[in-house]
Amino acid sequence: MEGITQARPMEAISRFQGWCGVVADWSSDQRAFKNVSWGKAMMWIFLLSDTFVFGCFLLSYMTVRMSTIVPWPNPSEVFALHIGGQDVPLILIAIMTFILISSSGTMAMAVNFAYRRDRVRTAAMMLATAAFGAAFVGMQAFEWTKLIQEGVRPWENPWGAPQFGSSFFMITGFHGTHVTIGVIFLLIIARKVWRGDFDTERRGFFTSRKGRYEIVEITGLYWHFVDLVWVFIFALFYLW
Amino acid sequence: MAQAAASADIGHAAGAPAEGQQHPIRLYLVVWGWLFVLSTLSYLVDYFHLHGYLRWSLILLFMVLKAGLIVAVFMHMAWERLALSYAILLPPLLVLVFVAIMVFESDYTLLTRMHSFVAGSG
Repeated sequence: MEGITQARPMEAISRFQGWCGVVADWSSDQRAFKNVSWGKAMMWIFLLSDTFVFGCFLLSYMTVRMSTIVPWPNPSEVFALHIGGQDVPLILIAIMTFILISSSGTMAMAVNFAYRRDRVRTAAMMLATAAFGAAFVGMQAFEWTKLIQEGVRPWENPWGAPQFGSSFFMITGFHGTHVTIGVIFLLIIARKVWRGDFDTERRGFFTSRKGRYEIVEITGLYWHFVDLVWVFIFALFYLW
Repeated sequence: MAQAAASADIGHAAGAPAEGQQHPIRLYLVVWGWLFVLSTLSYLVDYFHLHGYLRWSLILLFMVLKAGLIVAVFMHMAWERLALSYAILLPPLLVLVFVAIMVFESDYTLLTRMHSFVAGSG
């Protein structure tokens, strides 16, 4: 144990791995997350809190679906599109899933280019990600319009349990809001990258602090989280 | 893996601007490809009208695999120190306790609804 107190923090990092590392990090002086900047740590903690928000939504959806005596509408049919003379089940949702996964891929590329200090490619990849995100929100707006026209309301729908509407609008609405905020966030950071703020160490408009390319990874964490939430919504709401 | 973590430490120790984690682009492309495959598979579960426990277990399996790939590689959790990984990943697992509680609760609600509204004894 005396090694922990005697060693300098950086030596402690290279010395303790596994559970000993966890104990050493948490019981150490000043900071628990040794090689993570405050910005990244705070984004992770925010995402953890957001996990609980979405967790509660999905949990309440599970509760109303399990406790209703009226049959739950079949998502496979509700979200089918009429293409080429036949109903293709869930096709719009599948396309939305692939779009969001593609956006996650371009975001990962952007983070990689950012750490290579490749200004132009980073901005281009972030703009591609934002475009995918905007496409996703557009398709969600289309889906909402279609369902509202078919008579889905938070309190009733033509096919079965009335709780279907409230669960649908609440869960997808909150997720869509997150995607929209993510697109705005991406555009703001992409502009800074494009302008070369992190190469010239230009001070931020609001914080008056010098930014670093790490902000691209932090933006990426948020964006991947949005994709992550969709994985759960897709599985539990649309496929179940 | 350990090398990447070590180089990140050196960057901080020297006070230089952190260059973050460098991983080959190939890794991201492979994960991207797997996410496409897994999404296609989970869509096919619905397309081929699988039912019952087979459907539910496949949906959950593909969901967990996709979530794991995103968190581990895209969000770089695989290369973070365990102190951060456990702080972020363990609390959401406790939501499963909440799930168990609500399963009992909704079973009870269903029971009372069946008793009062369906049997006509209400």
